Amino acid sequence: MNRLPVVSIRNAVCLLGRFPALAGADLEVDAGEIVWLAGPNGAGKTTLLRLLSGLVPLHSGSARVLDVDLAHDRRSHRRSLALVGHETFGYDDLTGASTLRFAARAAGRSAADADAAGARFGLDALAPIAHAALSAGQRRRLALAIAFARDPRLLLLAEPHAGLDADGRRVLDAALATAVDEGRTVVFSSHESDRAAALGARAVTVEGGRTVGGIIDAAAAARR
Amino acid sequence: MSFASEAVLIAAKDLRIEARSRVATAQILPFGGIVLLLFAFALDPRRNVLPTVAPGLFWIAVLLSSLLAVSRSFAIEADHGARDGLRLAGLDGGAIFLGKAAAVAVELLALEVILLVGVVGLYDVEVHGLVVIVPAAILATVGLAAAGTVYGVLAAGLRVRETLVPLLVLPAVAPVLLAATRAFELALGEELADAWRWTSLLGVFAVVSSMVGVVAFGPLLEES
Repeated sequence: MNRLPVVSIRNAVCLLGRFPALAGADLEVDAGEIVWLAGPNGAGKTTLLRLLSGLVPLHSGSARVLDVDLAHDRRSHRRSLALVGHETFGYDDLTGASTLRFAARAAGRSAADADAAGARFGLDALAPIAHAALSAGQRRRLALAIAFARDPRLLLLAEPHAGLDADGRRVLDAALATAVDEGRTVVFSSHESDRAAALGARAVTVEGGRTVGGIIDAAAAARR
Repeated sequence: MSFASEAVLIAAKDLRIEARSRVATAQILPFGGIVLLLFAFALDPRRNVLPTVAPGLFWIAVLLSSLLAVSRSFAIEADHGARDGLRLAGLDGGAIFLGKAAAVAVELLALEVILLVGVVGLYDVEVHGLVVIVPAAILATVGLAAAGTVYGVLAAGLRVRETLVPLLVLPAVAPVLLAATRAFELALGEELADAWRWTSLLGVFAVVSSMVGVVAFGPLLEES
């Protein structure tokens, strides 16, 4: 069976200032996989997600994401991915609907796609409300709706369940399961092992800027 | 999405934010008016001087106001990781530049119309040579917005950006101040042929600073 690696990172080092936030991380992710990045605070999970999105430059090692070599090009794969970070990437003076439509149109999607993603995450009632007036949980829903509205091949999510109520968590888990069924690739960090296990995610531990279990065992993958 | 569509998307987003926040109308416009008023107070004992120096005072007021407009243009990208969102959107850096510069230019042009009315009222200026004044104002505004946007992104990621932007922008746009002032003086004195020569210089500055912005903005945004 031919593997289709969406992410292939070897011995990646990323510096934040002079601090090696990633100190030789390895990660392979196949198309349609869902991968859970586990590890303590400050381990490098978010930096790893930001490296994959091209926001953080690769200092040494190799990194290939969506067929793009990040050592030479950190930008051209971005339209095919979505990152949900610890912030919403929103504008306080725009409404939820305007923010969502702007993000969708920037990715070449229509206003209808944006509205559909908003409805999926229960944002219909929040559409006319300014971003500044949204609660933390509502902002998280908005950030997730933005990510899904972009129709990405690769979803990168930092603590996606944080701040969501029970209904929001159910909606997110269903959306992630559907995304994987559709062949999208998902890499997310989380401290909630029960939710990660329920999603059937392959666990990769990040600690001290290094990964454990990041490289796929080809034989085991073939058996799956 | 085409390059032009991306630029329009960014400009529309920035103008929508300004329309909702009213910072341009509630702060930048009054600031420009206050500058004009202070000049009038300062030079009031020699009131006959005001019509003579009106073009220079007008463009100083516009220049100072443009610093606020440029700072504001990047301040809206500073909260909630919006600058990361802009980078991740996958838009062309040149298109983002043109969109942001266009939004600043639209705000400045609206400001100039109102300040021109103020100059006529406060400084006893009789307006002649509109055939040159209008294109000179448009080209000067494009130059100010383009140069300001380039230096704005240069300082965007720095903690000292509020103080750094004036330090970077003011020397860079000194040619605009000089050429626009001379073009206005000559146009008001109905020396249109000479006024066109200064207007041409404004055109060169606008084109060069726009081209620099289209090329440099993307890499600068990545490093900001």
